[in-house]
Amino acid sequence: MNMKIKGAAIKFGNNIDTDVILPGKYLILVDPNELAKHALEGLDATFPEKAKKGIILVGGKNFGCGSSREQAPIALKYAGVKCVVAESFARIFFRNAINIGLPVIESKEISTVELGDELAVDFEAGKIENISKGKKFQADKLPAFIIEILADGGLIENLRRRKNKK
Amino acid sequence: MNITEKILAKASGKKVVHPGEIADANVDMIMVHDLTGPLAVEAFKKIGIQKVWDNQKAVVILDHQVPAESVKAAELHKIMRQFAKDQKIRLYDIGRGGICHQVMPEKGHVVPGTVIVGADSHTCTYGAFGAFATGIGSTEAAAVFASGKIWLKVPETIKIKVTGEFQKYVTPKDLVLSIIGKMRVDGAIYKSVEFAGPTIKNMSIAGRMTLCNMAVEMGAKNGIIEPDETTRKFLEDRVKTLPDFAALKSDKDAKYSRTVKFDVSTMEPQVACPSSVDNVKPVSEVGNIPIEQAFIGSCTNGRIEDLRLAAQVVKGKRIKDDVRALVIPASQEVYKQALNEGLIEIFTDAGAIVCGSACGPCLGGHIGLLAANEACVSTSNRNFIGRMGSTQASVFLASPATVAASALTGKITDPRKLEAKV
Repeated sequence: MNMKIKGAAIKFGNNIDTDVILPGKYLILVDPNELAKHALEGLDATFPEKAKKGIILVGGKNFGCGSSREQAPIALKYAGVKCVVAESFARIFFRNAINIGLPVIESKEISTVELGDELAVDFEAGKIENISKGKKFQADKLPAFIIEILADGGLIENLRRRKNKK
Repeated sequence: MNITEKILAKASGKKVVHPGEIADANVDMIMVHDLTGPLAVEAFKKIGIQKVWDNQKAVVILDHQVPAESVKAAELHKIMRQFAKDQKIRLYDIGRGGICHQVMPEKGHVVPGTVIVGADSHTCTYGAFGAFATGIGSTEAAAVFASGKIWLKVPETIKIKVTGEFQKYVTPKDLVLSIIGKMRVDGAIYKSVEFAGPTIKNMSIAGRMTLCNMAVEMGAKNGIIEPDETTRKFLEDRVKTLPDFAALKSDKDAKYSRTVKFDVSTMEPQVACPSSVDNVKPVSEVGNIPIEQAFIGSCTNGRIEDLRLAAQVVKGKRIKDDVRALVIPASQEVYKQALNEGLIEIFTDAGAIVCGSACGPCLGGHIGLLAANEACVSTSNRNFIGRMGSTQASVFLASPATVAASALTGKITDPRKLEAKV
């Protein structure tokens, strides 16, 4: 997996909760592509259409707060979200995203990004480039073991690889 | 060290831990339910390990979409029953348990000083018994099933010190809403929240559970309260061997990232207005808010103490004509107790519907969803957009007394004023 991700930004505000990312009534769905059809339905029902070409989701503080539902990051991933950059994350969402192989990274300067800006996120270096605005800024570097999980495509793939190595 | 640090140190085989370091902790108990369990089962199978690391340390509880409201839900339940059977894991099926966070301590699965993870964000409820308990996702749960371990960053701890006595009809729910209003929804992000002070010492287990339950609503990793005689009384007939509580106290020189003080003596009932749990106002400042639905239940406020309080308010009165009131006991044990105490009759006579124990409308899964432009006052824990049904509906969070009073008048009402009128 290439740990450098490029894409156009779709931006949301602070405290985006998992009920708006994936409403509770869809938790009985099991097919990730079905879940993806309802990604961010609570705020913008047209989000899956906008995201399908592959986008970078930008959030404010406390992104993904609320329920522990892993279906929330799954819906985003399968809708076309390549990675999420936010000022901060709710901790369960943060872990869930990593565990299902959806890269997430924190940056205090991400609020300068505007809708449609072309971004390049370097996860290993902890750097973000706003190509549209010609600006570079820092992100919080992830620990090596998290980069490894993401590079493997998620926690299960990581565990399988480590198990087979033994 | 404080109590959270002591538990994480012990669980990771260290003498001392400091905030910021990664603890590779042994898990003492894991719980999954019908909406998070199936994904965990699927992930567990993919890892390629046949048996869970310790089938005595895992519990499956069906509580969200129960009884199955759709064929899809029935299929999920079937997956969990089969998994529990294959792995010889304790299963609380429909009619045998209730809402997971009530069932876990009731049935003795919560032991002070242990590390408990659950595939549900309100797992932090068990901090009320002096356990380190935190919510995880399904894939993480699969990894715990396989290894019995979890990595945890040792959190900084915020101490919430509470003093004063509650006025009549002001409850721990009002306190926790007030705390979240002040701390904000991201005020304790990645952190531990330790509730302490004389008000907490005098508080019932039910009240302590309500506080710790909502710690996650300010972003906390866990909420925790030092175990004491109240804890012992609740657990002694439920848990085989209780640990020494003396080792589960925060040291006098324990470090806290901040200490925040609350005095409940002049506190009035609180309401969290749409669509954020920190949009909290005293009930006197909420204004004239007509409601279509009132909900008393959930892992936050569905305990016997909550039902007694609500019954006290509605006894001998009628729910307002244009309001539907739903009462959902948090567990079968609570249901039976409510039945024995005549509470179910009081609610039924008042015109409320009493449903079987389930998470129900709290998360908009089923039982009592809201239509567009409807308002619900609820004892549950979240009021996000679309939480209880339509994205155009609004949810107000309050105590069982406030919800019961509001059900009688048809608008958000201070339970103290209602009593004064009669």
